[in-house]
Amino acid sequence: MDEFLTFLTIVGQCLLVLVCLLISLAFLLYMDRKVWAAVQLRRGPNVVGPWGLLQSFADFLKFVMKEIVIPAGADRTVFLLAPMITFVLAVIAWVVIPFSEGWVISDLNVGILYLFAISSLGVYGVIMGGWAANSKYPFLGGLRSAAQMVSYEVSIGFVIVTVLLMVGSLNLSDIVLAQSSDWGLVGWYFWKQPVMFVVFFISALAETNRPPFDLPEAESELVAGYQVEYSSTPYLLFMIGEYMNIVMMCALTTILFFGGWLSPIPGLPDGALWFILKIIFFFFLFSMVKAIVPRYRYDQLMRIGWKVFLPLSLAFVVITAGVMKGFDIDPWTMTEEAHEMGRGVGLPPELDLEPVVEPEKIEAVLPSEAS
Amino acid sequence: MDAFLLEYLPILIFMGIAIALGLVFILAAAIAAPSNPDAEKVSAYECGFNAFDDARMKFDVRFYLVAILFIIFDLEAAFLFPWAASFGQIGMFGFWSMMVFLGVLTIGFIYEWRKGALDWE
Repeated sequence: MDEFLTFLTIVGQCLLVLVCLLISLAFLLYMDRKVWAAVQLRRGPNVVGPWGLLQSFADFLKFVMKEIVIPAGADRTVFLLAPMITFVLAVIAWVVIPFSEGWVISDLNVGILYLFAISSLGVYGVIMGGWAANSKYPFLGGLRSAAQMVSYEVSIGFVIVTVLLMVGSLNLSDIVLAQSSDWGLVGWYFWKQPVMFVVFFISALAETNRPPFDLPEAESELVAGYQVEYSSTPYLLFMIGEYMNIVMMCALTTILFFGGWLSPIPGLPDGALWFILKIIFFFFLFSMVKAIVPRYRYDQLMRIGWKVFLPLSLAFVVITAGVMKGFDIDPWTMTEEAHEMGRGVGLPPELDLEPVVEPEKIEAVLPSEAS
Repeated sequence: MDAFLLEYLPILIFMGIAIALGLVFILAAAIAAPSNPDAEKVSAYECGFNAFDDARMKFDVRFYLVAILFIIFDLEAAFLFPWAASFGQIGMFGFWSMMVFLGVLTIGFIYEWRKGALDWE
């Protein structure tokens, strides 16, 4: 009975997170379109509901009412499996995201490694979708997308390592708590690793196929890339998966560099609200980049990924490790503060001090006891 | 059940819910939407022309090369994760052994660069 209750609680938590995610995604999509429109001096969606707020829900209904067209030469199973994979992988990454202290479905001790693995798998959905359609544009789009996503995956991995070096833990809650300080935003890792933040943000754009790196779906050359032959809800699943990944990347930026749920102003309480506000801010940046930056050429894209970001992030891994060893700085999990929060590793620093009784004195005491 | 494994149960449950939701979406369209395919509708899109040949054609070997390079560097990143997590406890020996490893990899990286494996033209 007890196990059943635990099971029900977990299912409840999962459903709560999923429903909140999907509803907020609807409004983020609306925001994306509104920002894009505002930059181009258009009005954007403004018909469905007040100020067009319900546009995404109308779109959802439209998708459901459309016919699923599967091309004659397509591999039907793989064709329908691809959007499913993209969607499922994008969703299950959220299991380990801490919305506030303790507000996490599964506080894995290898949280960031799990996220890294899941986002590496994401490329399968794209490549399967591109291959299964048996059409030229999707095939080329799938190839490009696969190469692009794996290229930037590498520098994202190194950027994460630089943060891990300072924290000393793979747990996402630890990473956030390590950035807490009495002075609010001063403790955030953005100040310690500004270059890595920039590399991470740009890699995140490329990783999620966002403009200016949207070559896999470049309208002017590949029509819509790997999504050309998709219609109706399979297309919807691709789109939800893509936006879910973007929000995921915003959340990860927040957690790694901007203190997750921690309040930027000393005195104000920490909480999930800060986390959500920071995600919305980074999503706004994603929208602005989409609106104002022209698209890259494919060779430029690969050059930045392999010849600039990879050596740069690798160098910063070495520099961060070297500085920490050189100045004898302990990772956060080995500091007194972490032990006070119950998140420390190894012996607490105060127990590591010199012994209370000096060895000579012990020897001096022993003979007298013997006699 | 093992408390350690219990941490991973939510992932399994969440995955189940996500798969169910995805299937519901696809089935909803399959049931609610009309379905009357014709020869033109299900032909592969090629800007209005009939498809010339099979779409699964030869492609540039560079894509393959990028995939191989990715495996090397992604493995390296995966190797760095546990090192970074235990950085405070492994001392100078742990630090220098990883530096030697990274040095060897950097030499390989420079070789690739010189060979032009990273160039796209």
